[in-house]
Amino acid sequence: MVTSEDIKTWIEVGLPGAQVEIDGDGHHFNAVIVSADFSGKNRVQQHQLVYQALGDKMKAEIHALSMRTFTPEEWAAQQRA
Amino acid sequence: MTIQDQIKQTVEQNDVVLFMKGTPDFPQCGFSGRAVQVLKACGAHFASVDVLADPQIREGVKQYSNWPTVPQLYIGGEFVGGSDIMMELYQNGELQKKLGEAAA
Repeated sequence: MVTSEDIKTWIEVGLPGAQVEIDGDGHHFNAVIVSADFSGKNRVQQHQLVYQALGDKMKAEIHALSMRTFTPEEWAAQQRA
Repeated sequence: MTIQDQIKQTVEQNDVVLFMKGTPDFPQCGFSGRAVQVLKACGAHFASVDVLADPQIREGVKQYSNWPTVPQLYIGGEFVGGSDIMMELYQNGELQKKLGEAAA
């Protein structure tokens, strides 16, 4: 079974330097991902980067992944809000 | 006509179209159900395509948008996102704006 830790590691390998937090129950996962690579990209492109990092695992191991993506600037603003 | 052409035609001929698992009345997956709820909350009229009814569409739409999951929302021929992005755009009011422009 896939664990939150697995998904965190896969995303971190694909997006070096990203801050990743995952919670999940083995079937449904919620991810918050903060990465400088997201800067200048729209939400669709940001999620595509994460999906790219996960590659074929999205087709097989991971059934349901919900995610929120932030640039470091957006994340800082979110923390202040 | 190839599957990709068929999908292109579907998203271009409908102002708002949701590719989903199941139907708006009977969604077969939590994310698709949430996507329908968001669109209904916006009062949107939308077409829907049940990808479970056609494996070629199910795979084809993933290639079309380079997006590995369903649901997928298209407004005015443009890929808007999956259910997470729909929820975020709904919460900040941008989805209502896009839907309003598409209906105009």
